[in-house]
Amino acid sequence: MQIPYTIEERPDTGLNNSKLGIWVFLASEVMLFGGLFSAYVFLRMAAPIGDFAYWGSKLSIPMATVNTLVLISSSVTVIMSWASLKMKDFEKYKMYMGLTLLCALIFLVIKYFEYTGKFHHGIYPSSSTFMGIYFTLTGLHGLHIIGGMIVMGYFWLPFGNKMWQSDPERFTNRIEVAGLYWHFVDLVWIFLFPILYLL
Amino acid sequence: MSNDSHHEENFLQKYIFSVDHKVIGLQYGITSLLFLLFGFGLMMVMRWQLAYPETPVPIVGGLLGETGILMPEIYNMLGAMHGTIMIFLGIVPLAVGAFGNYIVPLQIGAPDMAFPKLNAASYWSYFVGGVIMLTSFFMPEGAARSGWTSYPPLSIFETGQTMWLIGMVFLITSSLLGSMNFIVTIVQLRAPGMTWFKLPFFVWAQFVTAFLLVLAFPPLEAAAVLQLMDRVAHTSFFLPSGLVYSGATVDVYGSGSPLLWQHLFWFLAHPEVYVLILPAMGIVGEVIANNTRKPLWGYKSLVYATVFLGFMSFIVWAHHMFLTGMGQAMSAFFQTTTMIISIPSVVILTAFFISLWGASIRFTTPMLFALAFLPMFGIGGLTGLPLGVGASDIHLHDTYYVIGHFHYVVAPGTIFGLFAGIYYWFPKMTGRKMSEALGKLHFWPSLIFMNGIFMPMFIQGLAGVSRRLYDGGQLYAHAQDVLQWNEFMSISAFCLAAAQIPFIINVFVSMFNGEKVDRNPWGATTVEWSAPSPPVPHANFESDVEVYRGPYEYSVPGAEKDFSPQTEK
Repeated sequence: MQIPYTIEERPDTGLNNSKLGIWVFLASEVMLFGGLFSAYVFLRMAAPIGDFAYWGSKLSIPMATVNTLVLISSSVTVIMSWASLKMKDFEKYKMYMGLTLLCALIFLVIKYFEYTGKFHHGIYPSSSTFMGIYFTLTGLHGLHIIGGMIVMGYFWLPFGNKMWQSDPERFTNRIEVAGLYWHFVDLVWIFLFPILYLL
Repeated sequence: MSNDSHHEENFLQKYIFSVDHKVIGLQYGITSLLFLLFGFGLMMVMRWQLAYPETPVPIVGGLLGETGILMPEIYNMLGAMHGTIMIFLGIVPLAVGAFGNYIVPLQIGAPDMAFPKLNAASYWSYFVGGVIMLTSFFMPEGAARSGWTSYPPLSIFETGQTMWLIGMVFLITSSLLGSMNFIVTIVQLRAPGMTWFKLPFFVWAQFVTAFLLVLAFPPLEAAAVLQLMDRVAHTSFFLPSGLVYSGATVDVYGSGSPLLWQHLFWFLAHPEVYVLILPAMGIVGEVIANNTRKPLWGYKSLVYATVFLGFMSFIVWAHHMFLTGMGQAMSAFFQTTTMIISIPSVVILTAFFISLWGASIRFTTPMLFALAFLPMFGIGGLTGLPLGVGASDIHLHDTYYVIGHFHYVVAPGTIFGLFAGIYYWFPKMTGRKMSEALGKLHFWPSLIFMNGIFMPMFIQGLAGVSRRLYDGGQLYAHAQDVLQWNEFMSISAFCLAAAQIPFIINVFVSMFNGEKVDRNPWGATTVEWSAPSPPVPHANFESDVEVYRGPYEYSVPGAEKDFSPQTEK
């Protein structure tokens, strides 16, 4: 049995199934992080004055700045990988997707050093409400990074070659959808960076 | 249809790990009915304790300890798990998972859901969540006992809550995957000619429900993560500074707020109420149109009311929190929105009532359940208004009145709607009709005993009896004049359980020996009835479907039959 509109667009909606699906999924993700961001606002208002700023000053802005740049670069490369597929250049796709995965890995490594640095100084989620929400938000964001890496890694490994050969259009759509998710993960970080590190 | 649809499937592929929406729908249906029965069983143990405090519970007493008496800790556990199981493992999976999965693709003329594998993943995630909830009873600490609402600070300290939270994460994931799938399916897979205003009302109800699930569940997931952090990593998101528990100051950083949980929780849990009721309204709409043999009155206003209801349900959540001291301005806002949201509910109910006017009603079993739904949901809805206004809520908050109110909405309301759906679509699922005699034997006692259970709750609640009393109010001054109702309600509950026996017999007997029927036994117009009974595996219809008519063209003047199917020109 063939489900209609898995690859081609439905004329009256102008969408294929997976693209609508990922947008609906991202809407739910917005609500997930929206809930956590509201919790952040609520907790910040409930905390003693200066408490969040004091604990926030313990975070490393240089590390987070590098991480921001790394994630933004990965958003660019993921687009390039999709564009390469659109231009039927599978080798370039491999390179750009590889770069995306590398950026994601660098992000996680830097995050790992940030986390362990905190633990060395005896700072844990229970140290303060700010640290609690910091570890929760960045931890959940990190899980999203890992999730994205698993999906994109699957498409980057030899499984991707086979999918590309058997159905190039469908494979291109898959990369596009994965890319949309990746942009979202990037966007969450763009919000996390100022509210956790800079405010 | 491509020719790969007829490869042989073994038993596991066909019935267990199937990606066919019909099999998944039935899996959801069977699992959730079993959970409903289990949740009902928990409640009956509690009702025994309320009617005959501190006497050994018959039958299951051996499970509760040596004396067979229900201890307060276990009473709280049963209460929390009754709510959790009924809502998240019983009714939502039955209303959305089972009926949505089985019926929606058929009604829009689609071969399956848009993402069949995701659909199976959604069921298995639900299954794992259910298993976690059940196993939590056998953990050394026992199951959660902080109520289904899991209010902190209690839920941070009480045992059993961690398993509850992990189970909830699976259930939420299941709902998200499922509802995403519904939205894409309804937008993308409508058959040619099936325009938005030709969709049956049931599909609209499921569509709005799916949006509620997609947008309202994630904040609860966020809240569950935060509460898990509070329990496991000893953060204090929900614990204020200087909190004293069991005579000692709690050693956490503090500066958190229990109110934060309530906001995040009710942001889900109010839309959840509409997740519970909308699919049932959808079913009732289908059954009423079919059994009145005339078009559903005000179809478009029903659709607009449903969409508006879905929208409004996101901005009424804090009416559960009038007594938290969140402030007059907030209360005023949420009272206003709560009064506004009652309007679309009334529009829907009124449209159903007017649909009955001047009709030649067929009193089939599904129609009886659908008809009973109307006044029962009416009682449930109208008794909610005093709770939505701050002044009267002060008296009624956390009393049995609240329990009576939402059970009228969900038990004789939603569950009757779901029973109507089971009797109505059983022929489509099996090719056989359920017995009318057993159906009526199921319906009439159920209606009577449902009211026997929940009507006295209003009396007790108005008298001021708190909802969480382990002894049913024996030692509670306000309860002394209304104590005698406890036994009445409990006996009604046991009789209600007995009244379900004809239903269970009916399902099994009719599955094998019911009257065989063709594809359209009820003379219905919607698309699912043009598929064979049961529909073709993995394809639903023998040929491509095209839709020419609105969903409820019954008794069209000049037509040969009293129904004109959507698929006929």
